Amino acid sequence: MDIKDIIKEENLVYKRTNVLTENIMHYCPGCGHGTVHRIIAEVIEEMGIQEETIGVAPVGCAVLAYNYFNVDMQQAAHGRAPAVATGIKRVFPEKFVFSYQGDGDLAAIGTAETIHACNRGENITMIFINNGIYGMTGGQMAPTTLEGMKSSTSPYGRDVEMMGYPLKMTELIANLPGTYYVTRQSVHTPGNVRKTKKAIRMAFENQKLKKGVSFVEVVSNCNSGWKMNPVQANKWMVDNMFPFYPLGDIKVPQDK
Amino acid sequence: MTEEIIIAGFGGQGVLSMGKILAYSGIMQDMEVSWMPSYGPEMRGGTANVTVILSNERISSPVLNSFDTAIILNQQSMDKFESTVKPGGVLIYDDNGITRHPSRKDINIYKISATNEASKAGLIKVFNMIVLGGYLKVKPVVKTDNIRKGLEKSLPARHHGMIPENEKAVMKGMELIEAIQIL
Amino acid sequence: MERELKLMKGNEAIAEAAIRAGADSYFGYPITPQSEIMEYLMAQKPHERTGMVVLQAESETASINMVYGAAACGKKSMTSSSSPGVSLMQEGLSYIAGAELPCLVVNVQRGGPGLGTIQPSQADYFQTVKGGGHGDYKLITLAPSSVQEMADFVKIAFDLAFKYRNPAMILSDGAIGQMMEKVYLDPQVPRMKEEELPSWGTQGKKKGQDHKIITSLELESEKQEKVNLRIQAKYRQLEEEEVRFEAISCDDAEYIFVAYGTSARICQKAVDMARERGYKVGLFRPITLYPYPFKQLNKLADQVKGMLSVEMSAGQMVEDVRLAVNGKVKVEHFGRLGGIIHSPDEVFNALLNKIIGG
Repeated sequence: MDIKDIIKEENLVYKRTNVLTENIMHYCPGCGHGTVHRIIAEVIEEMGIQEETIGVAPVGCAVLAYNYFNVDMQQAAHGRAPAVATGIKRVFPEKFVFSYQGDGDLAAIGTAETIHACNRGENITMIFINNGIYGMTGGQMAPTTLEGMKSSTSPYGRDVEMMGYPLKMTELIANLPGTYYVTRQSVHTPGNVRKTKKAIRMAFENQKLKKGVSFVEVVSNCNSGWKMNPVQANKWMVDNMFPFYPLGDIKVPQDK
Repeated sequence: MTEEIIIAGFGGQGVLSMGKILAYSGIMQDMEVSWMPSYGPEMRGGTANVTVILSNERISSPVLNSFDTAIILNQQSMDKFESTVKPGGVLIYDDNGITRHPSRKDINIYKISATNEASKAGLIKVFNMIVLGGYLKVKPVVKTDNIRKGLEKSLPARHHGMIPENEKAVMKGMELIEAIQIL
Repeated sequence: MERELKLMKGNEAIAEAAIRAGADSYFGYPITPQSEIMEYLMAQKPHERTGMVVLQAESETASINMVYGAAACGKKSMTSSSSPGVSLMQEGLSYIAGAELPCLVVNVQRGGPGLGTIQPSQADYFQTVKGGGHGDYKLITLAPSSVQEMADFVKIAFDLAFKYRNPAMILSDGAIGQMMEKVYLDPQVPRMKEEELPSWGTQGKKKGQDHKIITSLELESEKQEKVNLRIQAKYRQLEEEEVRFEAISCDDAEYIFVAYGTSARICQKAVDMARERGYKVGLFRPITLYPYPFKQLNKLADQVKGMLSVEMSAGQMVEDVRLAVNGKVKVEHFGRLGGIIHSPDEVFNALLNKIIGG
């Protein structure tokens, strides 16, 4: 059997989606961003909405997401992606609009924009990557950094007396009437990737219903920021992040 | 012709809307107009004033420090604006609540007891139109049929039923105004 | 087509003119003395009139970023605020300029610093024309001095913003925002249809075309320098082609006022007062504060003996007048602060004391 026999159509088990560009991603090996990018791109491809989708990239590690998604993309100021996405969706109510943000962006500097976009019930998909740290700027404490967790600005561990508590933004926005579907997922195992894909698919499908924000948190790792190798980081995430940020749906549409 | 007017009183007396009706009436006879209000916390119950300019020429400054006519509806405004009337100009005031009457000798002074008349005749809502009528008697800068057109323009359609009452008030004001000092 | 005559506040005129200019979206946050803009828009139901979107945001930070999102789609988008709110927008304005997006921002100025006062001021000149946000960018700046210009400048600002893909500002003040004058309104211009939207906008990736990216980020310095040089080239073109001003009674003037907005109206009266007293005085009114009429003022400096820059500030525009005049004649500043509008008398006396007699 030579190579020509192997690369036949019927033997194909995986294909890169053309909703991702051919640019090489700059993410660290083991980082969850690449996986979440791929899932979003596959959902867009499967739904056939590449020409009707506009995405908003954040400030943070995913700032260059616009180079990877092969859809029209805007890059927003730090924390402002929900406002930018609001502007897009309001002038293009029939298009699919998603924002993609990390924890510092969505849950610290952009808290007001996050809460108010959710509270207005913007018909958008919000993707929230929570790795408990500022990755891009070099591992500083984030609003989601766990109690006792070390970072470059909490080198002796997060002292909640001094630095306040980790913020469960997803539970918070689930309380708002403007959110329609709120879930927390992860991408550290193939099974979880499948669940996350199902959630993101639903979050995009929901835009057609015009019933408010669909919000998908993905608890992820930051092996370089956490100073671990990818395997250790995933294990640490399972042991420490998941107990505080438990996976699963937080708000499911009542009419489904 | 240019007529520079300040109207001053309490918020809620209809100072701003009197100015607006006057300005609209000016437009109805092809004049240039400007209406420059005081704004802010004053709108919410304190003193309110508006500068209205009617002119046949392009209006330069909408903000003035002396006026051809001052229409004064409370004591604070008397204290503030009596001195701003140009020599030979006109001061019209409602004497209700006035404890210090105007004392200048170089201006024309008229009194209009519009507050008393309005409460007696059940015309409280159109108090400001009584005052406007008094002013127009002294200075007929706009024709009374243009006042009607101005009212039509400045009142929302649902209030157009009140126009006859407003016109009645203007007439009442014309009867009511009395000269105190004529140069 | 005939223009419609109305008596309107400056703020209302801006709002009505925006609907009529075919604006697609307005995002704003209430602040005195400009709240009538959004109030008027909401009352007008522009969504029914033209399909224009009007949305009250949670902050000025959010409104300018909503403008960013809509503008990046190629839509005619705008916001309005007053000084403290415009301070909050500086981040967004820098991003909009960096991403080369067109939009209209209206600043109905009030006095500062800080919460300051709600009364009129012209103390945001530096913020508007010398930066405000970070980085090398400029705001195309139009300064209306009448309610008519509040209306007319909306269309001009949008046109310039789209021509140069750069944010444009109407720099007004509380006096012009709150005053009512006659205004002739242009007939309705239809909003852009989807096929008329500029092709650089994110409207969904078209088949066979690359995806569109709107960003102000370029991590490679050589490329970022090129971006900056391209933006600067636009500014040089603006400075060549888009300067607007009005010269009143300047032909035989020996002294001139230089003033914009409300101060220009007051100076106009002071010009009349001066001429009645036999002084040959004129008024030079910059209409575009950026690009500033440097050349025209420099030329006037050959003719006059002195200039008084009048602004409701501690002296901001006077720096540009001095730059323009380059030492040829005496230039001084006069202005009241804290929300006080100087009177024509004060302005005339300042000319006598600081320039003619001084």
